[in-house]
Amino acid sequence: MDITSPSFKENATRAIGDKSLQKALGNVERGFIYKRAKAVAAVPAFETLRDAARDIKNHTLAHLDLYLEAYADKVAATGGHVHFAETAADARDIVLDICRRVEAKTVTKGKSMITEEIALNDHLEKNGITTVETDLGEYIIQLRGEHPSHIIAPAVHLNKEQIEADFRRVHDKLPPERNLDEPVALLGEARAVLRERFLAADVGITGANFLVAETGTSIIVTNEGNGDLTQILPRVHIVVASIEKVVPTLEDASAILRVLARSATGQEMSVYTTLSTGAKRSGDPDGPDEYHVVLLDNGRSAMLGTPFEDMLRCIRCGACMNHCPVYQVVGGHAYGWVYPGPMGSVLTPTLIGVDKAGHLPNASTFCGRCESVCPMRIPLPKMMRHWRENAFARHLTPPSERSGLGVWKFLARRPALYALATGIAVRAMALLKPKGGRFRTLPFASGWTRHRDLPAPEGRTFQAMWKDRKAGK
Amino acid sequence: MGDSSHSRPRVGLLVTCLVDAMRPTVGFAAVDLIEKAGCEVDVPAQTCCGQPAYNSGDRDGARLLAEAVIAAFEPYDYVVAPSGSCAAMMKQHYPGLFADDPHWHARAERFSAKVFELVSFLVDVRGMTGVEASYSGKVTYHDSCSGLRELGVREQPRKLLGSVAGLEITEMKDADVCCGFGGAFCVKYPDISNAIVGKKADNIIASGAQTVLAGDLGCLMNMAGKLARDGSKVKARHVAEVLAGMTDRPAIGESE
Repeated sequence: MDITSPSFKENATRAIGDKSLQKALGNVERGFIYKRAKAVAAVPAFETLRDAARDIKNHTLAHLDLYLEAYADKVAATGGHVHFAETAADARDIVLDICRRVEAKTVTKGKSMITEEIALNDHLEKNGITTVETDLGEYIIQLRGEHPSHIIAPAVHLNKEQIEADFRRVHDKLPPERNLDEPVALLGEARAVLRERFLAADVGITGANFLVAETGTSIIVTNEGNGDLTQILPRVHIVVASIEKVVPTLEDASAILRVLARSATGQEMSVYTTLSTGAKRSGDPDGPDEYHVVLLDNGRSAMLGTPFEDMLRCIRCGACMNHCPVYQVVGGHAYGWVYPGPMGSVLTPTLIGVDKAGHLPNASTFCGRCESVCPMRIPLPKMMRHWRENAFARHLTPPSERSGLGVWKFLARRPALYALATGIAVRAMALLKPKGGRFRTLPFASGWTRHRDLPAPEGRTFQAMWKDRKAGK
Repeated sequence: MGDSSHSRPRVGLLVTCLVDAMRPTVGFAAVDLIEKAGCEVDVPAQTCCGQPAYNSGDRDGARLLAEAVIAAFEPYDYVVAPSGSCAAMMKQHYPGLFADDPHWHARAERFSAKVFELVSFLVDVRGMTGVEASYSGKVTYHDSCSGLRELGVREQPRKLLGSVAGLEITEMKDADVCCGFGGAFCVKYPDISNAIVGKKADNIIASGAQTVLAGDLGCLMNMAGKLARDGSKVKARHVAEVLAGMTDRPAIGESE
């Protein structure tokens, strides 16, 4: 997909002015925040569960090579195939090779952010293979030629009326007079259309929420059951997952599952938690003939041992973006690449470069709400600050900001000079103060006064007044 | 805890660069409250806690300012700031700036242990349970992010406000959600900041309060500026002004 992160600011301004988007974004609060709060409040030990989940991932990351090797061995022992992909291009080629070998014409897909990261659909389509997204939200945005605007609710930027219009446009063989007023009617229609696609598919591709080293199992959680049909019906099941999805044991996976759905949708568990271990064995009633796992690195192993290692604990629940005041007003597409919100503001610069994604870690008020809800206790603001430090050290910070900071720093290190300068400045502002007590425009503060009045200073600095008071004046 | 040569603890007031320049009243209210809490207050020469540099990625610059603050405030038993944001910078972030320097790191740790946000200092450290002040009307309290999430300031201001004669607290929706100030964020991303503070202003107005209070002047100037631009009559004041009974001055962004 095209990267528009460098124009984040313009994207954001456009998004804020988009009434339809703003209406849809209201669903984030209604759909996620209250439900999460309720689900978390219902578990007294939730904070302890968060600690446990964090510790499991930290342990795994400290021994990642070991667990990946153990996982790969287990997959092989259960008749599956593991393919290590260092880059996105490697992963795309591995998937395409498998599809070609089995002469696949149609591929169904479960919801997977990792295949967005590697732009798999485009690659397969360019090579003559039809890809069908089977998660309802993904199906909708595929019809629209869009990308997910949220990592667990890909079509959260849309309103029902837009979806109805898309269905009427694309499902043109269905009677035009049919009633699609209710969301359940849209769901039913998508389900009927997709049923045909499931049965016709040669290959099913899913992501993974967990890869279990102990058993060689991949686990996905879904609410629609589309993942099951994607991976069971076709001849070949390909799992595409990044290396940090591995956990040591099934027990560990279930410990993290306890925080995942609660943080994501406010459910205790997702409707479906599906475990896949190898291909169909003799005697199994169904299942694929071939089971492949494409293990993607794409820069992740390079994050180990750096300030960004904590980010590898992320389980893609979406809580950080749901609770982010910036995401709530700009939506996911403004971020300009695959991963939006706070987790994206940390991850995107790693994956596409801070030169392109520099706005993302800067466009945060550091309000800390993301960290406060992250089930894996990832210090997201701290890592966004690391990116700012990285950009500052590489002189990527805008020159105006840099020189402003330089002047301020020069003064701030010289208290006497600082007192003189601030004294003059506030006195001048107080003299210019309009009658109302605030400025409606100020040439050097247009970023502020474009949208807000600037309260005028009282007239003298506290330190000057304090000196007078101490001197008994 | 206190210096043995003084019967009363000595508090160094970090007044914050914003209060110093924009609203000295908040500084005097802080002094008054700290004195009422049985402490001596001093104001050593100071500029800024270094947060603008820290949040712009200028770690070295932040460290230089942190060194100056630590040196200036080391003699005191406590360091108190009428701002959750500046207090959190000094309490939670200073030691990390010196991770590679054991001498300074130890100094920073000792310093940080003495740092408190004003209202939580009054309640949690000094055991203040009420104030002698009056303020008429409904107020709503905005929880500024750093104070709330980095320092656990939530109940303390509400507790003291509950003792103010004539004052009624009415909670707004999403009191704990960011107002969109974010330091330099509000001028670097003005449209996003405006969209966020627009929601905040709507929630303040919907609460029916005549005054919005908070513990951070940056947030207050942002909310006051937006409320005024939207034509609202809701006043904005620092919580310390109300607790100290210093509300004879015009509210933030108002004239005499």
